[in-house]
Amino acid sequence: MTTLPIEPPAATQPARPVTPGRPALLGRNTGDRLYRATLTALALVLPLLLVTLLAELVVGAWPAIKRFGVPFVWTSVWDPVAGVFGAAPMIFGTLASSLLALLIAVPLALGVAIYLTEFSPKWLRQPIAFLVELLAAIPSVVYGLWGIFVLIPFLRGYVVPPLRAVLGWTPLFSGVFYGNSLLAGGIILAIMIVPYIAAVSREVLLAVPSSQREAALGMGATRWEAVWTAVVPYGRAGLIGAVILGLGRALGETMAVTMVIGNRHDISLSVLQPAYTMAAAIANEFSEAVTDLHLAAMFEVGLVLFVITVIVNACARLLIWRVARGTAVGSRAL
Amino acid sequence: MTKSPLIAVAAALALAAPARAQVKLNGAGATFPNIIYQDWILTYNQSHSDAQLNYQSIGSGGGIRQFSEGTVDFGATDAPMKDSAIAAINGNVLHIPTVMGGDVPTYNLPDVKGTLKFTPDVLADIFLGHITKWSDARIASANAGVKLPDADIVVVHRSDGSGTTFIWTDYLSKVSPEWEQKVGRGPSVNWPVGLGGKGNEGVTATVKQTPGAIGYVELGYAMANQLPAGSVRNKAGKFVAASLESITAAAAGAMKEMGPNTDFRVSITNPDGDAAYPVASFTWFLLRKQYDDAAKAAALVKFVWWAETQGQSRAAPLGYAPLPKQLGPWIEVRLKSITAGGKSVWTTAAR
Repeated sequence: MTTLPIEPPAATQPARPVTPGRPALLGRNTGDRLYRATLTALALVLPLLLVTLLAELVVGAWPAIKRFGVPFVWTSVWDPVAGVFGAAPMIFGTLASSLLALLIAVPLALGVAIYLTEFSPKWLRQPIAFLVELLAAIPSVVYGLWGIFVLIPFLRGYVVPPLRAVLGWTPLFSGVFYGNSLLAGGIILAIMIVPYIAAVSREVLLAVPSSQREAALGMGATRWEAVWTAVVPYGRAGLIGAVILGLGRALGETMAVTMVIGNRHDISLSVLQPAYTMAAAIANEFSEAVTDLHLAAMFEVGLVLFVITVIVNACARLLIWRVARGTAVGSRAL
Repeated sequence: MTKSPLIAVAAALALAAPARAQVKLNGAGATFPNIIYQDWILTYNQSHSDAQLNYQSIGSGGGIRQFSEGTVDFGATDAPMKDSAIAAINGNVLHIPTVMGGDVPTYNLPDVKGTLKFTPDVLADIFLGHITKWSDARIASANAGVKLPDADIVVVHRSDGSGTTFIWTDYLSKVSPEWEQKVGRGPSVNWPVGLGGKGNEGVTATVKQTPGAIGYVELGYAMANQLPAGSVRNKAGKFVAASLESITAAAAGAMKEMGPNTDFRVSITNPDGDAAYPVASFTWFLLRKQYDDAAKAAALVKFVWWAETQGQSRAAPLGYAPLPKQLGPWIEVRLKSITAGGKSVWTTAAR
């Protein structure tokens, strides 16, 4: 769902030599002109696609937008029979499950990346990196099945009882645990995004010049201190990019999540309760949306998801621009 | 219903003999009957080379939309079109039942031997969240001699919109005024309690993995996977286990209510009849009353009539309940009424 925050290549290339009033590749001969026109057309296809997508979503969602207005995003009744639609539980579920996934995946993935680049013996690097990246190749429906048949029974048997014994009094862990829950959804998502974050983070850390490490070590830092004070801060722009990439994946993931999250239109603070996500709801209800209003509401959910991913990406861009000032390695590695 | 087989064969030969242009017929709609529709198309094409049929299972909602927009020659749906949707296409639609399906309550109670019995009010109250324990006195009173555990009931329903849900909620709406008023019927509804599983397989997996769970799945799926299925008390007061026979009996029981002039857009849940299983429904083809293209209309009517007669024998092996035989003449009348350019296409089609 999300786009990689890629530096526009033009920014890093030296300016073209320009004849006054006439760009270098323009009008020399037919071949050049044709080449230029083709490339321009290709470059314009993607933005055009994006605009078409947005327009199509707005047109499809229009009956729902007109009917429910802005409260669509903060009301929580979803009743296809009565024709009343509010997407708040799905928006909440999407953000909450993705946040939960990041909470679990970021330390794990950064740990993997730091270990692989800074601490692991050379012979171990490739096998571990390969295995972690292999996780990215598993189809999400397989994750979903694994979630139902392995993860949920494991959570029910070994994780949730002690968790509730200690933290059951907090609203975060209250209520009956059925298995399918926000927690299960968050964990599945975390496992799915770890390889993305880990792989990109590893590339970023590898790109940090060894002079950074040597300088820190030379100042008397331990290996550990060198990593935290010299390597990670140097690559932070790239690391943030890696996390955003994972977040984008988590926001849009459908199949695995719908299989374990419980698909309940409800907002509960407790991670042990079932929830719903926007992507899952679209996958579930779109094909059998019989009334026009129901269909329009599904389109509007898609629109909201689209807007949220755009906002997340925009924030990521801003963050990377701010952080990347002076340290080019992150954005370059991406 | 059938005239002499000789005449039928002769007619078929006469139709097939001249090298007629092959007619392409496109249909789209419900996923539930997809398996038998594909089987019909395959079998039919082996003996009838004059029509090339294509069916895409995109869901009932999509089927109704594509049919209404005229992008397909026939639609298929698990839930009949609403009056407003029919009015929007000037009433140019016929609902023709093809086969039947039913829903069974399935549950996860490892220590319970034999099948559980459910009364309609107990089912409704479980799905409304009023009954929350398996040891509830009302469940126990219908299941004398069964030792029920003191476990919480976990309700599992479909998260995706589906005809299976339509049948289930339609039934609950008929037997429980509270359900009808609070929740109502539809391919997806606002569930008072429970977890959502995607598809029959999602519900089944969740039920299997959650002790104390109860869900509903489509009968054919339950049979194929040998899931525990509770029996349900019907209108006549008998506990009936779901089977292809008891579902066909439900349609037969509902025929009196329907009457020969029915438009077939009827719900047959909770019908009369001692042997009738109460959570059953038709699934329908959507055909137009008037077609523009006579050749297409004739080929389509011919195929549908074949499905309603010879095709019915394919139903049971594939896990669908065939229509009761008594329904044949009623369907024949509807198919005969289909016209193209003002003329009935029946004479050139079925015989």
